[in-house]
Amino acid sequence: MKPPPLDILTPSSLAEALSMLTEYGDEARPLAGGQSLVPLLNFRLSRPAILIDLNKIADLAYIKDEGTHIAIGAMTRERAIEVSDLVRKETPLLQEATTQIAHLPIRSRGTIGGSLANADPAAEYPAVVLALECELVAQSVRGERRIKAAAFFEDILTTALEPDELLTEIIVPKIPDGSGSAFVEIARRHGDFALAGIAAQITFAKSAPTDVRLAVCGAGTTASRLTAAEEIIQRDGVGAEAIKAASDAAAVSVDPMSDLHASADYRRRLTAVMTAQAVEKAAQRAGVIS
Amino acid sequence: MKAPRTVSLTVNGEALSGEASPRMLFADFLRDVLGKTGTHVGCEHGVCGACTVIVDDVAVRSCLMFAVQAEGADVKTVEGLADGEELHPLQKLFSEHRALQCGYCTPGMLMTAIDLVESSDALSEQDIKVGMSAALCRCTGYEGIVKAVTAYAEQVHGKPVTRESDNG
Amino acid sequence: MADTMPSYIGRSVVRREDNRLLKGAGTFVGDMKLEGMVHVAIVRSQQAHARINSVDLEAARNADGVVLALAGAELKDVLPPISGMQVAAPKGWRDGMDPHIEIPDQTLVPHDKLRYVGEPYALVVAGDRYMAEDAAELIEGDFEPLPPIASAEAALDAEALVHDHLPGNIAATLHAKKGDGEAALETAPHRLKRRFYHHRYAAMPMECRGVVAEYDSRTDSITVWSSTQVVHWVRREVANALDMPEDRVRVVAPDVGGGFGGKGHVYPEDILIAYLAKRLDRPVKWLEDRHEHLLNAAHSRDNLFDIEVGYDDEGRISVVKNYFLVDSGAYSPVGAAIAGNSIAHFMGPYDIPHYEADCKVMMTNRTPNAPYRGAGRPEVAFAMERSIDLIANELGLDPAEVRFSNMIQPEQMPYAVGLPYRDGVMIEYDSGDYPEALRKALEGIGGLDEFRSRQKVALAEGRYLGLGLGCYVEGTGIGPFEGATVKIDSSGKVMVATGACPQGQGHETAFAQVAADIWNVPIDDVVVTLADTSHVTMGYGTIASRSAVTASGAIKDSSDKVKEKVFAIAANVLEASESDLELRNGSVGVKGVPEMSMTLKEVARAALPGWIHQRPEGIEAGLEGTAYYEPPTVTWAYAANAAIIEIDAQTGVVKIENYVEVHDAGTLINPGIADGQVKGGLVQGIGGGLFEELSYDEHGQLMTGSFMDYLLPTASDVPPIKVIHTETPSPRNSFGFKGLGEGGAIAPPVVIANAVCDALKSFGAELNNTPVRAEQILNILDAGAAVAE
Repeated sequence: MKPPPLDILTPSSLAEALSMLTEYGDEARPLAGGQSLVPLLNFRLSRPAILIDLNKIADLAYIKDEGTHIAIGAMTRERAIEVSDLVRKETPLLQEATTQIAHLPIRSRGTIGGSLANADPAAEYPAVVLALECELVAQSVRGERRIKAAAFFEDILTTALEPDELLTEIIVPKIPDGSGSAFVEIARRHGDFALAGIAAQITFAKSAPTDVRLAVCGAGTTASRLTAAEEIIQRDGVGAEAIKAASDAAAVSVDPMSDLHASADYRRRLTAVMTAQAVEKAAQRAGVIS
Repeated sequence: MKAPRTVSLTVNGEALSGEASPRMLFADFLRDVLGKTGTHVGCEHGVCGACTVIVDDVAVRSCLMFAVQAEGADVKTVEGLADGEELHPLQKLFSEHRALQCGYCTPGMLMTAIDLVESSDALSEQDIKVGMSAALCRCTGYEGIVKAVTAYAEQVHGKPVTRESDNG
Repeated sequence: MADTMPSYIGRSVVRREDNRLLKGAGTFVGDMKLEGMVHVAIVRSQQAHARINSVDLEAARNADGVVLALAGAELKDVLPPISGMQVAAPKGWRDGMDPHIEIPDQTLVPHDKLRYVGEPYALVVAGDRYMAEDAAELIEGDFEPLPPIASAEAALDAEALVHDHLPGNIAATLHAKKGDGEAALETAPHRLKRRFYHHRYAAMPMECRGVVAEYDSRTDSITVWSSTQVVHWVRREVANALDMPEDRVRVVAPDVGGGFGGKGHVYPEDILIAYLAKRLDRPVKWLEDRHEHLLNAAHSRDNLFDIEVGYDDEGRISVVKNYFLVDSGAYSPVGAAIAGNSIAHFMGPYDIPHYEADCKVMMTNRTPNAPYRGAGRPEVAFAMERSIDLIANELGLDPAEVRFSNMIQPEQMPYAVGLPYRDGVMIEYDSGDYPEALRKALEGIGGLDEFRSRQKVALAEGRYLGLGLGCYVEGTGIGPFEGATVKIDSSGKVMVATGACPQGQGHETAFAQVAADIWNVPIDDVVVTLADTSHVTMGYGTIASRSAVTASGAIKDSSDKVKEKVFAIAANVLEASESDLELRNGSVGVKGVPEMSMTLKEVARAALPGWIHQRPEGIEAGLEGTAYYEPPTVTWAYAANAAIIEIDAQTGVVKIENYVEVHDAGTLINPGIADGQVKGGLVQGIGGGLFEELSYDEHGQLMTGSFMDYLLPTASDVPPIKVIHTETPSPRNSFGFKGLGEGGAIAPPVVIANAVCDALKSFGAELNNTPVRAEQILNILDAGAAVAE
């Protein structure tokens, strides 16, 4: 299974990459980590004439402490995020989700920007950026645009990015004190696509939830916020009954696909189970339950 | 068509170069152009891990990279592990623990393990099983592989690998 | 005995293969690079069933780097099909199996009709694989779709025919009988009737297939390197297809990256690549990629059983009626062998007086079905072992108890089963203690009573623990023969060549151990050559857990021939009597007289032809012997498996807490290698039970076309496993060996299914299909919960 004929352009700056993207339009696709794109090329399911290799643009890979938030360059490797002390300390949800992405050698090349722009329904990062209410920075020759995570994921493998735009930065708010987070997922085998994954980020004040963010991946055409479940936790807290009610609400609110690995119904069930686990874990980490 | 380019890189400490058309996969470049056939191809979609090599200090799937992307890279393949006739400690442990049978997954398994162990300063048994789940073996059932990697981790980290206490 | 070597057989000698494989210095077919080599891409059907109207090669022929493009029409009168009967049905089946076998021949590249997704219909030869694939895409076919037959059951009733000459889509039927099944069923106090399905999955070695061929016009000879388990079969077919003497066709399997049966027969590509090499007079290489492998390398299992069992109040089984369909796909390269295996192995280690088996090998529009590790035994173990558990349930007995009640006792050995084996010989289990194996397995999981108490406590806590058992017997070391040639080289080394074709079993080491013991030489003085038709004139290959027995037998018999000469020559030189001589430490000498001795190197020199030879009269020159060992029949390995599982009540996921296999393959050559073989097979069995599935849709499209969907077990999927090896020697060969390559893979699927049913006993759960799915389990839990409310 060899890729079809194609050319690879290797810009050394973002500006160069953006003008290439504009110049070649439909003929070109950006190449980030390649861990999702190259298999498609090898199967000849994707046939761009040109790949714009972003891997030599040094200033697209960074993890910067910007006070209230962390700015992560789109070409930052998943592996770098995994081992970043800054990320672990300030946005542990992102770090924990990263450890569940595929396998270490995949994370060596895979990038956060690539994963978000690819928008695979089972990918972990979309759920994380929804839960953390990140802003995503897109750039083109026409300028810069900030897109809220909630508006970024439109459909299966489809984002709000225009054809001439590249995702360049992810702005991740630091989590407030008194919060706990958890990323849990269930897959057929470790590292496989999630059948259901939950990103939970809950802020507590005096043991009561003040801000509840629950996002799911693997159980629909895109990752999404579980607003009904969030409302229940926000209102009723993190006792066993509330968690059960929230999980049930989560299951009802998703519209999963059926495939070889799991039916829609089973994905719904797993969504419920993972929601409960994630909320419990987040609350434990916030010191609210033991 | 897409004219071949010269790719220059370091492989196992040696400066090498060869011609590759832009679409040539790095795995094929290593094997067919540079003659380093120790790295094997098992699936060409990044799942089996047989093609794993170390590029700039991290393990990567060479079937998911293009040769031209390895320009200037510092690459380590299985051929660079032994020192002449003297096997690398992990290779010795693989033989001792029967971590190979047909040998096809072995190079990728070795490189995966080396990265796993050397990029950490402590591993639990679970870490090793999860880490080694990155590469598929069809022959051994993995017991020997996990044992060999465990022994290697203990050698490299200088401390015991924490075992699973009980199930549940 | 003075100065003899300690025995190598029975020692876990470090494998000599390891050094080169660890360094990445093995040579697999894909590693081969010959000057002027060109590369092949094969164009494969994307339809399950279609008539080929035309194939347009024009654009492909004009594409960059293309040397040749051809389609089936061009080969129609040039290359014959592979005979459907790659393995002949044995004479002994005539009476015992009532065989009606019409296995269709397999055209290498069809010109008229396509019968499964993945079947080749054209090919391209180009400068490299990339260009070949580009050109392959330009080949346009005009097809007329035909109704696809997507399952064995559908094939029975279908109007459409996969092969026009096979009415009812039946390629073979077998019928076997022992006692009077009908009568026994009628009089049985209880009857169980169930349908079981063991699904389609496959060998899936890490190295896909591949063939390199090079023609030498000077000598009109050809060399074929193939990732195969059967070099002599390939040679036979290539020689036949190219109309060349077999002696001018050399087939070699270099290092092979796993086979497990999937590379155990001749494929069209083995012949096609050879043909192309001769036609183009250039070396030709074809490497299968993983997608092709999933579509086109043989699939396996896929048997549907309708079983009836008669039993009494104690659970003693008096009769089994076994009616089954094999979904053989569009061809059946190894004929009715798997079906024959299934019939022969069904009753396992149990003493059952009446048995009737009826099977149909069905043609469907799916990938052809050929043996994969177990080859019929996992299928029937599933049906038999599930039936036993169901009987136990019906009677309120423990499944272990029912097994003990039915097992053949050690004092009944040797035990005549009353059916012919695949080699045509009436089955007689030769040695072993089946109840003891089960006892040990139960001990291994901590004891049956202990578990039942723990299970009860857990259930009260809302936790579901289950115990699964699986016992089987395995006919191993099958004939018809294996060949070996042994020479004492002028260096004094013992050169051993045999027809075995390893794919990871450590044969180079194991057979060196055997030969070193036979000749009483240091193991480093034995040189083993395998999988090369130029080194042993006739050979059979490595399939069906046969090589330890048959290759060792051939090595021994050929060694015996050479030993005769060695002793005669040494007696002559040392002026001693042959009966006073012994082999010791690389030499031959007079017993008790250390100084009256000559090295094998000296004997080899003395054996040379020439004016100064030292051979006695009547002894021909040279120290070389060839033998073709024909085993009397198979020898019977066996095992008992026990596993404890827990079900995650929220997700239905099965967690195996502990898996124990007690395995007996007679005397073991290399216990470390044997252990690796059993454990490797066991993990494959877990794959078959829980993860691996080749799924088709109703149009005959394979939906599991990549490793994203065909899930192999990984290091984190393997439970704690303990394999206990017992060694009850075989009485059927002088070494006591039995075969063991397949054993580990036989029981895990049924062990897991039985364990799950045991865990969900309170729900009356029955899982009679594989793979075992978490979702199914959750549905059972839900249904039970609903009922309880």
